[in-house]
Amino acid sequence: MSASLPLERHREAVAAARTASLGMWIFLGSELLFFGGLLMAYLYARTHWPQGFGQASARTHVVLGTLNTGLLLTSSALVALAVACQGPTGRGRWVPWLLGAGAALGTAFLAIKGWEYRSEWREGLFPGPGFALKAVAGAELFFVLYFLLTGLHSVHLLVGVALLVAFGRGTRKKRAWAAPRRVEAAALYWHFVDVVWIFLYPLLYLVNRHG
Amino acid sequence: MNYLENGHSLRSWLGSTDHKRIAILYALAISAFFFVGGAAATLIRLELATPAGDLVSHDTYNRLFTAHGVIMVWLFLIPSIPSVLGNFLVPLMIGARDLAFPRLNLLSWYLYIAGGLIILAALFLGGVDTGWTFYTPYSTMFSNSWVAVTLAGVFVTGFSSILTGLNFIVTVHTLRVPGLGWFKLPLFVWALYATSIILVLATPVLAITALLVVAERLWQIGVFDPAHGGDPLLFQHLFWFYSHPAVYIMVLPAMGVVSEIVPCFARQRIFGYRFMAYAILAIASIGFLVWGHHMFVSGQSLAASMVFSLLSFLVAIPSAIKVFNWTATLYKGAIHFDAPMLYALGFVGLFTIGGLTGLILASLSLDVHLTDTYFVVSHFHYIMVGGSVMAYFAGLHFWWPKVTGRMYSDTWARIAAVLIFLGFNFTFFPQYLLGVQGMPRRYHAYPPEFQVLNLFSSAGAVVLALGYLLPLAYLGWSLRAGRAAGANPFAATGLEWTTPSPPPTHNFEHLPQAPDEVYGYDPNASLPEPAE
Repeated sequence: MSASLPLERHREAVAAARTASLGMWIFLGSELLFFGGLLMAYLYARTHWPQGFGQASARTHVVLGTLNTGLLLTSSALVALAVACQGPTGRGRWVPWLLGAGAALGTAFLAIKGWEYRSEWREGLFPGPGFALKAVAGAELFFVLYFLLTGLHSVHLLVGVALLVAFGRGTRKKRAWAAPRRVEAAALYWHFVDVVWIFLYPLLYLVNRHG
Repeated sequence: MNYLENGHSLRSWLGSTDHKRIAILYALAISAFFFVGGAAATLIRLELATPAGDLVSHDTYNRLFTAHGVIMVWLFLIPSIPSVLGNFLVPLMIGARDLAFPRLNLLSWYLYIAGGLIILAALFLGGVDTGWTFYTPYSTMFSNSWVAVTLAGVFVTGFSSILTGLNFIVTVHTLRVPGLGWFKLPLFVWALYATSIILVLATPVLAITALLVVAERLWQIGVFDPAHGGDPLLFQHLFWFYSHPAVYIMVLPAMGVVSEIVPCFARQRIFGYRFMAYAILAIASIGFLVWGHHMFVSGQSLAASMVFSLLSFLVAIPSAIKVFNWTATLYKGAIHFDAPMLYALGFVGLFTIGGLTGLILASLSLDVHLTDTYFVVSHFHYIMVGGSVMAYFAGLHFWWPKVTGRMYSDTWARIAAVLIFLGFNFTFFPQYLLGVQGMPRRYHAYPPEFQVLNLFSSAGAVVLALGYLLPLAYLGWSLRAGRAAGANPFAATGLEWTTPSPPPTHNFEHLPQAPDEVYGYDPNASLPEPAE
C-alpha cells in the first residue's frame, strides 16, 4: 500500500480519541431533550395546579430522597476520581475499585428507590383507582409525573450501573476495549444521570413542600 | 477489490459495518416501504375518484391515510436521503474510510428495521385510524385501533434516527481529511450536518411524547387527559416541536443534493457558497421555533400565534436565498439537461411553489380559512414529494454510477423525470384549488361539485405512479447491462469522484488530497456526452 498509510493511521488514532467523548456529549444532548419533554409537561402542570402539586409533594419521602441525592453525588465524585486516576498518573490500579464503588452506590440508590416505591404503593400514592389524594385537584397528575420522571431516571441509572460494572471489570483485567477514552465517555453518562437527579430532587421533593 | 465484491453471502451484507453496504441495506428497505406507502396512497386516490364513499368504508379510509402518512414520514422520508445517500457519501466526501462509529451505524439500521416491522405489524393487525399526528384525546381515549403498537414502532425508529445523526456529527467533526476546512465542505455535507443536529435534538421529544401517549392509553391517566388535570394541547406542542423540524429533516438533505447537482450540470461554481452554508444553519435553527403555526386554530393565545406566524415568515428568507442562489448558479452556465439535472430543476420549481403556499398558510387570517383543507395537503406534498422525493431521485441518478459502477439509460431516466414532474403537478395542483373551495381533508366522501378536480388528481396519480415504477426497470437494467461508468462520468468535483466506481472497501487507495476550493467547475470545459 502507499506511504501515506501510517499518516492515515495516526490521524485516525487521534480522531478516535475524540470520537468517544464527542459522541457521548451529543448523545447526552439528545437525552437532555428527552427529559426536557417531560419537564415541560411538569412545568405546565405545576403552573396549573400549584396547590395540588404542593400538597402532593408533601407526601413524598424527603428523607429517602435526600439520602439518595447524597449517594448519587458521592458516586459521581468517585467516578470522576476514577477518570483522573487513568493514564500516566501511576494510579491506574485504583480505577476498577473506584468504578466498582460508584456502581455499588448506584445500586444502593436503586434499592432505596425501590423501597420508596413500595411504601408509596402501600400509601395509595400510585395513580389510578384507589389513589389516596383523589380530592386534591392536580395531585394525581403530580404522581403520574413523579413516577414517569423517577422511573425513566432509574432506567438510565440501571444502564449506568451496568456500564460501570463492565468497565470496572474491563479495567481490572486490562482489556483493550476498556480504554481510557471509553471510560471517560461512560463517566460522562454517569454524571449526566446524576445531573438529571439534581434537577428532579428539588422539583419533586422540595419545591413548595409546606405551601 | 470494490465494496460490492467484498463477500457475497447474506451474512457479509447483514453483518457489514461498511457504510456503503449499510446504505444499500437502507436503500432496499426504504424502497419497499415507499411502495407500501404508495399502495395506500393509490387506494386513497381511487376512493376519491368518485364523490360517494363506495370503495372502502370510512373506517378503512382513516386507516389508509394514517398508514400512508406514518410509513411515508418515518419509514421513507426521514431516512431516505440521510440514511441512504448520506451514509454512502458523507465519508467519501470528506475523505474518510468510514463513519466514526461503524457498528453503531449497523445498529441504526437494525433499529430502523425493528421499528418498521412493528409499524407494519400494527398495520396488518388492523391499522391505526388517528392520522399520522396521533392527536389527543382521540388517540389516548377513544381510538379503537393499534395506537400503542404503532407508537412503539415510531419510538424504536426514532432511536435509529438519533444514532444516525450522532454518527454524522462526530464524523464530520473528526474525520475530515487534513486540509478540508469547514468552508471547503460540499453543501451536501453541510446539509447533512444540520439535519443531524435536528435529528439529535428533536427526535427525543417525539420519543417521550410517544411514551406519554402509550402510558396514558395503558394506564388510563396521564398528562394529556383534561379529566385528570392534563391538557390535550400539550400533546400538540410536544408533537409539533418534533414534527415541524422533521420537515427540515426531510428538506435540508434534499437541498444538499440539489446544491451538488446544479453546479455540476451548469458547469459553474455554486453562487454564494458561504450564504448557502449559513442559510442551511439558519433554516435548521429557526425551524425549531415555528411549531406553533400548526396550532393557529387550536385555541392557543393570539400573541403566541402572532409570534409563530412571524417566525414562520422568517424561515422563508434563508429558503429564498437558496432558491435564488441555485438560479444564479445557472446564469451564464453551460447547462446540460441530464436526468439528475432534470430532477434537480424539478425540485427547485416544486419546492418554490410549496414554499410560497407555506407563506399563505403562515398568515394567520388565511390559515383559519385554509386549515384542514386540501390546500394544506397539497402544500406539504409539494415540499415532501415535489421537494424531498424529487431530490432523492435526483441524487439517486447522480450517484448511481458511483454506487453501482454502471450507467443507466439517460433517455429513459429523462422520460421518468418528466413523467414524475407532470404526474405530480396533475395530482397535487388541483388539490390547492379544492382546498381554496373548502374541501376538507381526511373524508372518504365529498359533495359532487368537487368531483372534476378530484378526478384530475386521481388521474395524475396514475401518471405519477408510472413515473415512480419506471426507474425500477431502467435502473435494474443498468445493473445487468449498463456500461461501466468510470470514476467520474459527470466530470464532477468532490472527493467521492476521485475514487473508482464502485469505491474500494476502504474508500480510497491513497489518502485523498483536499481540493483547493469547493465546486471548482470550469464553464469552458465540456461535460462528457450522456449515455444514449
